[in-house]
Amino acid sequence: MPEIIIDGRRLKCEEGETVLDVCKRNRIEVPTLCYHEAIESWGGCRLCMVEISHPKWPGWSNWVTACLYPVQDGLVVGTNTTRVRRLRATVLDLLLARCPNSSVIQKLAAEYGVEDTNYEPRLDGDNCILCGLCVRVCDEVIGVTAIGTANRGASKEISEPLKEPPVDCIGCAACAYVCPTDVIQVIQTPDYRVIWDRTFDMYKCVECGISHITVEQKDWLIAKDNLPADYYDLCDICKRKHTAEKQKELSML
Amino acid sequence: MRFNNIKQLEEHREQALKNQQKVKNTILVCGGTGCLASGARDVEDELRKQLAEQGIDMEVELQVKITGCHGFCERGPIVSFIPSGILYEKVKPKHVEEIIEKTIKNDKIVTKLIYKDPATKKKVQQYEEIPFYKHQTRIALRNIGQLDPTSLDDYLVRDGFKGLVKALGMKPGEIVDEIDKSGLRGRGGGGFPTARKWKSCIKAEGEKRYIICNGDEGDPGAFMDRSIMEGDPFDVLEGMIIGAYAIGCEEGFIYVRQEYPLAVVNLRKAIDILREVGLLGENILGSGLNFDIKIARGGGAFVCGESSALMKSVAGKIGEPRAKYIHSTEKGLYDLPTVLNNVETFVNIPIIIEKGGDWFTQFGTEKSRGTKAFALVGRVNNTGLVEVPMGITLRELIFEIGGGIQKGREFKAVQTGGPSGGCIPNELLDLKVDFDELTEQGSMMGSGGMIVMDERTCMVDVARYFLDFLKEESCGKCVPCREGLRQLTALYDRIVAGYGTLEDLDKIEWLAQDVMIGSLCALGKSAPNPVLSTIQFFRDEYEEHIRDKHCRAGVCKALTRLVIHDECIACGKCIEVCPTDAITGAKKTVHVLDQEKCIACGSCVEICPVDCIKVEPVKVAGEVAS
Ligand SMILES: Cc1cc2nc3c(=O)[nH]c(=O)nc-3n(C[C@H](O)[C@H](O)[C@H](O)COP(=O)(O)O)c2cc1C
Ligand code: SF4
Ligand code: SF4
Ligand code: SF4
Ligand code: FES
Ligand code: FES
Repeated sequence: MPEIIIDGRRLKCEEGETVLDVCKRNRIEVPTLCYHEAIESWGGCRLCMVEISHPKWPGWSNWVTACLYPVQDGLVVGTNTTRVRRLRATVLDLLLARCPNSSVIQKLAAEYGVEDTNYEPRLDGDNCILCGLCVRVCDEVIGVTAIGTANRGASKEISEPLKEPPVDCIGCAACAYVCPTDVIQVIQTPDYRVIWDRTFDMYKCVECGISHITVEQKDWLIAKDNLPADYYDLCDICKRKHTAEKQKELSML
Repeated sequence: MRFNNIKQLEEHREQALKNQQKVKNTILVCGGTGCLASGARDVEDELRKQLAEQGIDMEVELQVKITGCHGFCERGPIVSFIPSGILYEKVKPKHVEEIIEKTIKNDKIVTKLIYKDPATKKKVQQYEEIPFYKHQTRIALRNIGQLDPTSLDDYLVRDGFKGLVKALGMKPGEIVDEIDKSGLRGRGGGGFPTARKWKSCIKAEGEKRYIICNGDEGDPGAFMDRSIMEGDPFDVLEGMIIGAYAIGCEEGFIYVRQEYPLAVVNLRKAIDILREVGLLGENILGSGLNFDIKIARGGGAFVCGESSALMKSVAGKIGEPRAKYIHSTEKGLYDLPTVLNNVETFVNIPIIIEKGGDWFTQFGTEKSRGTKAFALVGRVNNTGLVEVPMGITLRELIFEIGGGIQKGREFKAVQTGGPSGGCIPNELLDLKVDFDELTEQGSMMGSGGMIVMDERTCMVDVARYFLDFLKEESCGKCVPCREGLRQLTALYDRIVAGYGTLEDLDKIEWLAQDVMIGSLCALGKSAPNPVLSTIQFFRDEYEEHIRDKHCRAGVCKALTRLVIHDECIACGKCIEVCPTDAITGAKKTVHVLDQEKCIACGSCVEICPVDCIKVEPVKVAGEVAS
């Protein structure tokens, strides 16, 4: 089993883990903006950069993203060196210039000593930091690929295909859920949900009547996972209640 | 026709040689992109037509061939003759009659068509005597301009497939050892040792392996790879076949830049021919090797030339780089072990195998063996494609081969390595051109672009120009590159508009350093090179822009005030060229330039015969254009 040293602590790890995995398990704080446990690491925000070196190569050091860098036995990691803090401050400064109104970015930037951006703020933009989580969750986790990116470089943006409401979207709102800066608007009423300029009817729990899933999402999941047609008739709470009751019955027997 | 074994191939080579020897004269018409654009096809047609009319036997007496680019593209269409070695430039159909009469029938020269050396203004008859050509050592470009790129026979006559024949008699490991011995390093930019790359792919586990040739050549000024793919496609393919045999792979791709249609046509023809004769496909030359090559068209973005983006693009996805903490030799195309090499790297392979790794080491330096092709452009007298041994000095390259600076002006800097290369100043002209020396000076070998700049170039403007290009070409995935380059450009905009402060300059340096360390792929990591190198070597120019509101080269319009000095001879030429009628003057009086009307286009400076129009600082801050 490989062992690595993070900020002076010798830590055991599993083969195939990333530096960030080890940090998380050991409660070592590393900021991230484009990372999510359920989604493959991507390395776009560059906030999780750490400094590495290795006794095997004296004099060598490098800066890598913790969310992607695989552990190797003997690796020495600094998560909070002066250079790492400077890099993060610059990344956050740049993001603050991009999204001056985002409270999430303001707060993070302040932690790295950036109160006001040193760069030219974008005045007409939204709070999207282009972390790509929404696109990736939709593609990798939901399996729908309803949204994507358009353009490149400074004019890159998250977009619906053809700039029309995305036809493939099932209204699951996973994208809105993972968005770190709350850019994706969701309007929720008992009967419908509006997201990406589309309105989705809600499917109601047959028992308590609470809407818990969109009709499209229900149909999609049933088709995708080959589930019985009534699988989503109960909401999670009622489902749990039923299970508990069943268990009770069984234990009384 | 199909070669089932090596013997049949060699027999065919013999036959091709005999056929070739029968021909008394060959006329080579350059069919490179440049010459085609200036009308090479019309010249070819006219030649064929008139030769036919005159009943000259095209099988025996004379051959007309369309070849690849010689590297003199600006002077095209180029026509040359074998065996006499005569070279004509700027040939038009109307010249054909005279050429046939004099050169072909009577071995005489058509003087007006002879190549004129732009530096010395001397006419040079022989191909080999042209200074631009004489100092070159052609290995990668050895066949270009010398053969018909779509003729297998031509290629065989010039020793084609001798490398493969030899390779098939070796063990795969021995091939890699031979490459190792040659010291060959990748020509696509990074200079990674080719043998080490191949070895690591051989070691990697996977149910199959891929080999890819990188012909994306996104560097705007470069055209080495295009010339090779257009002018010597069999060579590229032979290199790939040898590579496939060495690493054990059955499927290869050649990724060709979107804008290179002729390269695609010629490669496709070559692939078809090789499939037909059994040099691609199953059981190549009876050796048991199965290998085929497909052409993949480029994604149309600079970043698609980056290895991980390229592999995504080949797989039909958006060309966005990924972190390469796991090398693509282990997890490349479709997550399988993959070797990616540049076009020029591949064309070095057959000749290294044929002549041996030791032979290759006689060229170049200890750590950078062999030669490198460059696209020499900018303010030099001879521009074009050059191939030189590594270790040649910049001075030799620019002044001997390039023939020095245009109009006898002063050399200022040379930018090597494409848009993200650094600028190297006068003091370092004796720097040896190889992978490590250039990197040490904050530049790089890159693709082999080489842009020469003179005193009329503004270094601040140069850095801004390349930044702007890279900002547009950034894929936008990671923050330092996407946002950082945007902010750097904004800071430059302030400086060239006259609002810059010394604090802005510090900010530029600080941010550039972070973009360099923090970016995901080599595009972002190298984008600060032009910024940091111009600040390092030309800091005074930056400070002049900021403090004195002065652009000494007269390029940044807002910081340029043109003044006519007393040496004016009142010739009136400046009045004629000024597009805004800003200059007035009578006979025998020093002309006057109206600052209000002047747009600092510099036309008058260019035309003034006594150089009396000078660039001066913009006097007061209020004069700075908004
Ligand atoms: C932005 C960017 C663009 C690149 N473009 C090219 C290219 O057009 N052609 C090329 O051969 N290599 C290009 N490269 C380098 C490739 O990533 C890769 O290193 C090379 O193809 C490997 O071949 P070699 O080992 O033979 O040099 C580029 C790299 C970057 C970062
Ligand atoms: S709401 Fe639509 S776009 Fe968002 S993740 Fe779900 S399917 Fe994709
Ligand atoms: S919308 Fe949100 S999740 Fe999507 S890229 Fe922008 S910041 Fe990230
Ligand atoms: S460095 Fe630039 S080109 Fe490379 S991944 Fe980041 S944004 Fe894309
Ligand atoms: S969390 Fe690692 S780069 Fe964004
Ligand atoms: S195209 Fe003819 S010399 Fe380049």
